[in-house]
Amino acid sequence: MSNVHLRKLCITRGSNQIIRDLDLQVEPGEFLVLLGPSGCGKSTLLHSIAGLIDLADGAIEIGGRDMSYADPSERGIGMVFQSYALYPTMTVEKNMSFGLRISGAPKAEIQRRVRRAAEMLQLESLLDRKPAQLSGGQRQRVAIGRALVREAGVYLFDEPLSNLDAKLRAELRRELKLLHAALGSTMIYVTHDQAEAMTLATRIVVMQGGRIQQIGTPAEVYERPANRFVAGFLGSPSMNFVEGQLDAGRRLTAGVLSLDLPPDCAAPPGAVTLAVRPEDIHLHDDGPLQTTVTLVEPMGNHQVVWLDCGGHNLSAIVHDARILAPGQAVRFAIDAARISLFDQDGSRL
Amino acid sequence: MSETTLQAAAPTRFDTAPTARRKRRLSPARIGVYAFLFSAALYFLLPLYVMIITSFKSMDEIRSGNVFTLPLFATTAPWQDAWHKVSGGFWNSVAITVPSTIVPILLGAINGYALSFWKPRGANLLFGILLAGAFIPIQVMIYPLVWMMARAGVFGSLPAIVLVHVIFGMPIMTLLFRNYYASVPHELFQAARIDGGGFWRIFLQVMLPMSLPIIVVAAIMQVTGVWNDYILGLVFAGRDNAPMTVQLNNVINTTTGTRLYNVNMAATILTAAVPLAIYFISGRWFVRGIAAGAVKG
Repeated sequence: MSNVHLRKLCITRGSNQIIRDLDLQVEPGEFLVLLGPSGCGKSTLLHSIAGLIDLADGAIEIGGRDMSYADPSERGIGMVFQSYALYPTMTVEKNMSFGLRISGAPKAEIQRRVRRAAEMLQLESLLDRKPAQLSGGQRQRVAIGRALVREAGVYLFDEPLSNLDAKLRAELRRELKLLHAALGSTMIYVTHDQAEAMTLATRIVVMQGGRIQQIGTPAEVYERPANRFVAGFLGSPSMNFVEGQLDAGRRLTAGVLSLDLPPDCAAPPGAVTLAVRPEDIHLHDDGPLQTTVTLVEPMGNHQVVWLDCGGHNLSAIVHDARILAPGQAVRFAIDAARISLFDQDGSRL
Repeated sequence: MSETTLQAAAPTRFDTAPTARRKRRLSPARIGVYAFLFSAALYFLLPLYVMIITSFKSMDEIRSGNVFTLPLFATTAPWQDAWHKVSGGFWNSVAITVPSTIVPILLGAINGYALSFWKPRGANLLFGILLAGAFIPIQVMIYPLVWMMARAGVFGSLPAIVLVHVIFGMPIMTLLFRNYYASVPHELFQAARIDGGGFWRIFLQVMLPMSLPIIVVAAIMQVTGVWNDYILGLVFAGRDNAPMTVQLNNVINTTTGTRLYNVNMAATILTAAVPLAIYFISGRWFVRGIAAGAVKG
């Protein structure tokens, strides 16, 4: 396992500056997820670590060595692509051993490594097949196996599960987590799927517009979003935002809502944006706030209830099976300890 | 794909609406379409029919009989005579066509691969210049090429005619392979780069084995083009290497003696046989390869 250190990274494509002055330190053994909407530069960043995109400026250090201008094959990385990118004319075994055969590794060593990777990914019975004879999930396993046989210091994943259906995606996600636990290697993983990010990551890097918005553990990023973008990007249904006013007595008034903030809240008085997760809005009969239900979405194990809040809707998650109908009057409470406040620029207060 | 869906859809529609079927068959538009197709087919096949029957007639029968009647006493003598006259040209054509097919395909594949994946500086400009070559009429370039080859001392030889075919085949071969490789996911190339593949290894071990459909298309186009060529062979090949088309012309346009129509017809059919055979054998491949290059993805 290696560490990866990016310093003042700049990447341009044509006259567009995609990434500017980006710094990132990836610790050995970490499972770092780069998360963001499409076009945020996360894939570009990963490709630059792999050496598939040239740097305009800055440096990339992998395993303590400067790799800014090294050939992709010399960087000590293995990579898994979204489209699997298996060599269509080669068998599974040849696909996995291609890199080792190029580097001239001894036959016995090639066989040992291929067998080990095939065993870890349950591919032993498929070694003689061509990619066209495999299902999507099997193909992606082979692609992971091809990265593993390199026994690299860092593994890079570029949206590896996006082409799979929902069930397979969840299955392979669990396998990846087990794989990381078993290997302990450094992994950098690009995705736009927050479920993958939350479940797999030891740390999440949320990106937008070529800039890092927040770095933190999944819990930190989810519970204490650094700005309004991160708050809105993570969570489904997404966080509720209400514009409001905070007075000197730490009392927040936002439309029909009013809320006393806990004493440890350090936000200065003035105009703020209140952000509340749907699960922090509790519907119960002695709640201090009152409104009507506008829509109910049953999800099986929970319901999403949309509440009228002076012109716009608040979503709340209800975990029991109580029957709610649009137009019904309900009382609710907001967990003041778990809210986030943002200033007019969208930064956390 | 679309063929099977059409076939699957058609019977159900006809089964549920038999009246529509009858109507369809008898509609004047349909009759018009068939009439047009039959007359078009007749227009193209009639000369072929005349060629074939004439080639089996003796000269006496040709002089006395109708052009369209079948031979009364069929003879293969004109065919033997024709083969004797053009067989030298046949082997010359083979000697010209084989290298003039293999070399442009290889170069075109390398060009297309380099342009699609390695994207050298100015790749689009280079490709544009190469393509411009495909649109300039070859007659314009004959004189300068003759002059250059004469200066180099290779004019009128087998290497000269092969070189000319390589030059004129390159733009279209490059275009074919570039477009084919453009449909290959770029991630495949990136994966091979991470595996440590260099320019030639990725080309030979990853890309070329994937290129069979487009190689077949390229081979058909190039073999047909080179085999049917007349003017380049006439100018550059020299007397000893004259291809079959040039010899055929010599046989037919002979100014001495009587015109042996039966032999001329047989020699013409013999010359056309190779591209015809290639179309019949590989027509299916040809369509498949064109489609694979165009819509794969």
